[in-house]
Amino acid sequence: MSITDNAAAQSVGADAPAGAGGSWVRRHIFLLSFGMVALVIAGVLSYAASSSPDGLDSATMRGCETVEIDGGEALRGNCIAQHADDHVLASSPLADYSVSGLGNSGGIAGVIGVGVTVLVAVGLFWLLARSRSDLSARSRSDLLARSRRDGTEH
Amino acid sequence: MNVWTGIGRGPSVPSMTSTTSTTLAMHMSDGIVNAPVSFAFAVIAVVGLTGCCWRARADLDERAVPMAGLVAAFIFAVQMINFPILPGVSGHLLGGALAAILVGPYVGALCIAIVLVVQALLFADGGVSALGTNITNMALVSTFAGFLVAMAGRRFVAGRSGGRGLTVVSFTAALIGTVCAATGFVIEYAIGGAGDSSLATVAGYMWGTHALIGIGEGLITAVTVTAVANARPDLVYLLRRTRDAGQSTESGQERVQAAGSEGVRA
Repeated sequence: MSITDNAAAQSVGADAPAGAGGSWVRRHIFLLSFGMVALVIAGVLSYAASSSPDGLDSATMRGCETVEIDGGEALRGNCIAQHADDHVLASSPLADYSVSGLGNSGGIAGVIGVGVTVLVAVGLFWLLARSRSDLSARSRSDLLARSRRDGTEH
Repeated sequence: MNVWTGIGRGPSVPSMTSTTSTTLAMHMSDGIVNAPVSFAFAVIAVVGLTGCCWRARADLDERAVPMAGLVAAFIFAVQMINFPILPGVSGHLLGGALAAILVGPYVGALCIAIVLVVQALLFADGGVSALGTNITNMALVSTFAGFLVAMAGRRFVAGRSGGRGLTVVSFTAALIGTVCAATGFVIEYAIGGAGDSSLATVAGYMWGTHALIGIGEGLITAVTVTAVANARPDLVYLLRRTRDAGQSTESGQERVQAAGSEGVRA
């Protein structure tokens, strides 16, 4: 991603300032590549992830050992993680980053997660950006009104 | 990012039949801290995120919205990649410093919060009642700590795409942000943690592992920020802030010079 975009940015950047009107295509090529990288990481690279517990989980599991019971795992010993409750949504269709009914579906779950995250984020940020343009329109009209008022006073 | 896959692969992959809450969980589960503390941190998280929404509007124009959305999605994706830090122990990106450097601390904190909410509600990762503590640690503490470090190191950032200074500042901000997030958990555990592990043990282990995770976080953050800065420096919040500050000091100096020459004339 960075090599081609880099070259594109430099070749165009030489004669066009960043953020100029003509950069619309370049910007969207960049955004598209960024999104593709996220999809590849979530959909493909995620299979290479370590399955060991992370720093926080191993902190809470210290003092316990994991034993297999009836095809499941249980904690034996004395540790913080024993106080953890099962997740209230543990039986939801995408729980634990796998599609229920589909084996080895971490990549599909990851791609769904990337899609949902970008939709939620763009939705929230679009609303915030819109409320900002309302705000700036209002403050601009306030300013105009004030300058007109000041003008009549002088 | 596939540098990780080659190094110190963890022990053999455990059977995938497990049903306990400890598998594939990346964030705090419910019940690790008691209900009053969970509630208190939920209030802190709501207040903090409301403030972020308020302040984020200044950083969000139409051009910034798609980039901010993609930053959230990218962090969701990279959080899935657990990398080994010790035998049997892994770590993953938190993303606070990365988000703050790319889209600013307010929008960045909202990006991480969205990732955590999606993980908790859609993927059953991170307890629902623990959302307040998880958001406080990872969306608020790590993002703003990382941003403060990045702003403190801003004078080392030079040139159109930030140069080597931006890479080093990104690494440092991410490393410190990660240790600060771990400190957030230590504080929550100290106030209302379950179980009888001593605070010193928990704190020592959390800081030790998260210093190592912070190195991974720093590398991922440095590589990502440098790549974006080389391709599109105008999309990096820290570079925009640095450039604006540079312009204002320049005009300040001009003003001082103008004032000086007027003084000479007088």
